[in-house]
Formats: sequence, structure tokens, C-alpha cells
Amino acid sequence: MRHNKAVNNKYNQDKFPDSKGHFGLYGGRYVGETLMPALLELDEAYNKIVPDPGFQDEFKRLLRNYAGRPTPLFYAKRLSEHLDGAFIYLKREDLLHTGAHKINNTLGQALLARRMGKKKLIAETGAGQHGVATATAAALFGMECRVFMGTEDIQRQSANVQRMKLLGAEVIPVTSGTMTLKDAMNEAMRFWVEAVRDTFYVIGSVAGPHPYPVMVRQFQRVIGNETREQILRRTGGLPAVLIACVGGGSNAMGLFYAFMDDPLEMIGVEAAGKGIETGKHAATLGQGTVGVLHGSKSYLLQDENGQIKEAHSIAPGLDYPGVGPEHSLLKDFKRIQYVAIDDEQALEAFHALCVLEGIIPALESSHAVAWAMIEAKRRPKNEIIVVNLSGRGDKDLGIVSAYNK
Amino acid sequence: MNRIDKTFETLRQKKEKALVGFITAGDPNISDSFSIIKAMCKSGLDILELGVSFSDPTADGPAIQRSSARALKDGINLRAVLEITGRLRQETSMPIILFSYYNPIYAYGAKAFYKDALAAGADGVLVVDLPPEESDEMTSQWSGNELALIRLIAPTTPLKRMAQIAQSASGFIYLVSKTGVTGSEGLDTEDIKDKIELLRSATRLPICVGFGISTADDVAAIASVADGVVIGSAFERLIEDNLNNPDLASILANKVNEFKKATKIKDSVTL
Repeated sequence: MRHNKAVNNKYNQDKFPDSKGHFGLYGGRYVGETLMPALLELDEAYNKIVPDPGFQDEFKRLLRNYAGRPTPLFYAKRLSEHLDGAFIYLKREDLLHTGAHKINNTLGQALLARRMGKKKLIAETGAGQHGVATATAAALFGMECRVFMGTEDIQRQSANVQRMKLLGAEVIPVTSGTMTLKDAMNEAMRFWVEAVRDTFYVIGSVAGPHPYPVMVRQFQRVIGNETREQILRRTGGLPAVLIACVGGGSNAMGLFYAFMDDPLEMIGVEAAGKGIETGKHAATLGQGTVGVLHGSKSYLLQDENGQIKEAHSIAPGLDYPGVGPEHSLLKDFKRIQYVAIDDEQALEAFHALCVLEGIIPALESSHAVAWAMIEAKRRPKNEIIVVNLSGRGDKDLGIVSAYNK
Repeated sequence: MNRIDKTFETLRQKKEKALVGFITAGDPNISDSFSIIKAMCKSGLDILELGVSFSDPTADGPAIQRSSARALKDGINLRAVLEITGRLRQETSMPIILFSYYNPIYAYGAKAFYKDALAAGADGVLVVDLPPEESDEMTSQWSGNELALIRLIAPTTPLKRMAQIAQSASGFIYLVSKTGVTGSEGLDTEDIKDKIELLRSATRLPICVGFGISTADDVAAIASVADGVVIGSAFERLIEDNLNNPDLASILANKVNEFKKATKIKDSVTL
């Protein structure tokens, strides 16, 4: 029954966004005038350069030979049997170079930056995966790289901080506000306003001002393209449901986009943190209201005066009070269902995947796994669930061991 | 004639340039803020820019970030800023421009904002992160055009775009002196002079220059080429350095007075 409900809400992907980057009510370019010419230039360059076959060849070659694509689609047999429900397949983005799907996007943006003649990259990061992936692309192309990261995240994701430094990037600690991803993005935008003439801002999610949500979706859609082909070849049919975690929403959009017209359900899993009822969560789509932050209009966690609220999640990559604008539209369309998993449920899923499959997932991806475990149990045994395992958990060992104490 | 046009007309006759003061409403707290702003208004300010605090001010440097944080901590919101505007309007006939990020206005509702801002006696609004490409959604909800929409022109704005922006602007043009956030250093007067010349070919509106102007010498230099000088961070730093000083209001008033003197230049370029 739920199945049919979702299918009725056809999302016409060709209609969105419009030429100014609006996904219906959402998206757009809400930035100061200093940045507007840069965004217009980027939009023009993106539309001209990215479709070019030469660019596409180089991008695909890098994804294959450097990043390690295609990634496997793995049937999690022991986990599925343990749950005694639907089959769970894992899209192994965690096996990519640098340990998460983020590299797909940073290679694309760095390649574009190079063709635009920009030699300096900046990025914001929460979990550090986007920071590492940007630092990696910068090293590969011989570019300068600065990564903005909240001091709270620097402390809880220290392994990634070391990796960025080894890769030659400068990690700039951000001490304002909540000292997490939101503030890292504030600071990256402030830096960009100053350095806009020669610096390319590599945004890590399908968020920010136009054209970033479209561009990041474009560079991440390879996840879904591969998955669709793999599952059809392996099982002869489509899955019943796709599941991915949603912070800003890039890995979810990457997986879902290829399936938008298919008769299946899609579930985005947000962070319920310490519990929705405590107010300490990052369930932006589930609990938020519409507003403007970081250059686009979308659902936000905010108070009635339009002041942004603090988000909370054990997973630094989900610890963000905003979300990509296209997710907001897809929520309104009811094409994607958005649910939430709390810190403890995510940790349980983290441990389950460790011992049942020998895979240490990122805490962000553990949210998707946790929902898949709930979903598998209530679905018939002949149905297939595909989970985007967007990253690996090596970076999270500190958080996990601290939590267990 | 509206208060903004009238102010520039009067200044023109007196051969003075406008001293535009930005101050975060509610800084260092809501009750002291009113007396500080009132004292500034009575000490030579020509136009007041009243800052509406936002939790994530991405266009602002540290001084205004911290001033917003102080005001928010004391419970400032757009409704309270409009109340302060109304009280100031009882005291002064100076133009009051509300300076805001878009989200507080969006949350308040653009239609209600227009009505309430006018009723409070505001003369214009400058929305930092609302470029012309996005501003229809706000202005289309306005029931009239009595509120001036102040537009920003940046150092990165090409000439063709300058002309487009100027077309939808009213009141005056706010020329951003340099790339960067508010309060950054490195004012280049020669560069600004060139930009103003270029901009004059695109608009007949008065041009006020802001960002990074912090001393009386800066004010004098900018006043010799522009129609107005905007000071923000310098005032906020003064508040921050004198948080517990009972003379805070008069310290700010004296600074306004000092800056105002620097806008009176005998051989300035006439408007």
C-alpha cells in the first residue's frame, strides 16, 4: 500500500531547477552582491564545461582509476538472515578512495576549477570526509587547499584532520557559534567573499546557492546509475526501497536520482540525535520550517524569528540545521519519505554491521543501516532494500569508544 | 519628498556628505541600545542603519558577528527592532534604514514587514543576502513602494550588472568598498574613486561607500569622492571595548561627532 502511494507522486526531474536554480519554492541564490558575479560565472562555466565530452572522459577516468569506481553492490546476507526479513544490499561507497562518496564530487569540482583557471580551493567540512576529499583532489591537481572545520568536529574527527594536513591542506579551526558544520560553512563563505576572484569554493553537499545543488547532484548521480545497473543485472528487477542518510543530502540524492521515475520507495534518514522530543536533533525535513540559510531556501531548524537553531547528532556529517533544497521539494511532493534515527539506534546498527558483515560503517551511514534494519523486518522476504553505505567508520572510532565508556 | 531624498538635498546645500551609521539594534542589550542610538542620532549622524541580528551573519566580520550575538542573547528579534524604530521615530526625523539578512524578514512575512516597518517610521531596507534575482518574492508582497530598497554594488559587480541593479534601487546605492566581510582592512581610496566614476555613469542616485572605513581620515578620504560614508564595525568595536562603561552612549556620540566633522569638506566634488 505504501508502495503505491509513493509511486503516485511523480517528480518531473526535467522541470527542476529553473534557470535561476529554483526547485519550486526552494533553492535560489541568496548571497551578498560580492558573490553573485562569481555564482553567475560558475553557473555559466558549469553548463559549458561539464557536458563537454572531454570533461566527461577525464572525470570518468579519474573515478575509475583514481577513486575506485564502480563500487560493489554487496548482498548483506548475514545481516538479512539475522533480521529474517527483506534482502539488504549495500552500495559500498565506503570502499572509495578517501573512504566516502565525497570524492565523486570533489574530483568533479576540482576538475571544473582547473578548467576555469582557479588554483585555490576552499571547503567546509563536518565529519572531515569532504575536507579530506577536497584536500585529496587539491593534491592530485597541485592546487592550494584550505578547509574550514568547527573545533568541536576537529576534536571528534581528529584522524581526518591529520589526513588533511598530510595531504597538504591547511585546516582552519572555526570557533564561532556551535563550532560544527554550520559554522564551518559560515566561515568558508566569509573567506570566499574576500578571496572570490581567484578561489573556487568546493561545497560538499547538494546545498548552498545555485548551481551547487545541481552540480553536486550531477557529480554524485554516478552512485545511482551504477546501483540501478548492478541490481537489475544481479536480480533482474528493481529494489522495493532505497535508503540513504541525509545531512545536506548528497549521498541520498546521488543514489536516488537514477530511480526517480521507477516504481519504488525512497527513504531519507535524518539524525534524531538524543531524541526528537529533546530538541537535540538534526531532523531538518521532519521537524523544520522553510527559511533561507547558506545561500538557498530550504527547510531549516529555526525559531519563529528566523534564527537558526543548534543541531545535534553523534554523526558530525549529519549535524547540520539545513538540508539541500531539492530534498525539500521532494519532501513536499512526497516522492521521498524522510524519517529519523537517534544516536543510540545508529550505534546499534554500527555494531551490527561490524560483527555481522565485517564492515565498519561511518556513523552517518549507520543511520541508513539502522532504518534498513527496521524496514527489513516489516517487509516480505522477497523484497530488496538497497542502502547507500556512504562512508567507512575508521574516523569514528574515538566517538564510538567514548560513547561506550 | 521622502526623508532620504530630503537628507541628501539638505546635505548638498550645506556642502556636506552623509554620515551613515550602522548599529546593531539591541547591542549591548535592548534597553541600553535605545539610549546609545538616540545619542548617536543627536550627535551628527545623517542616516541611521539599524542592524537586525541574524544567528548566521555570513557577510559580517568578527565585530558585527559579536554584536549580533550580544543582541540575540538579550532576546532581540525583528519585532523588537521595529519597536526601537518606532521609539526613535518619536525622537528624530533622520532616515532610518533597516539592515537585515533575509531570513528574519522571511520568517516575519514580507507583507507584514512592509506594513509594520512603514508604520514604525522606517524609510528603507537593505537585505544583504537578497540579490535582485531573488528580491521579487519580497517586494511583490509589498502593498506599495514607500519603503526604499537600498541595493549593494560590489567591487566584483561588472558595469552592465551595475546598471541593472541601479534600475531597481531607490534611496541611495551602497557601494561595497572591497571584497570581504564587514570591518575588513585595506581600504583603497583610488580604487573606490574609479568605481564611483563608473557607477555614476549607471545611476543618478547618491552613492554611499561602506566596509572597512574606521578612522576620521578614512571618512574624509571617502567623503571627498562619495555622497556618503557608512561606518559600522568601528562603532561596534567601540561598544565592545566599553561594555561596562557607564559613559558608553557619550563615547559613541563623540565618535559620531568626530566622523561627522570629517564629512564637511570645503573643496569636495559637488553632487
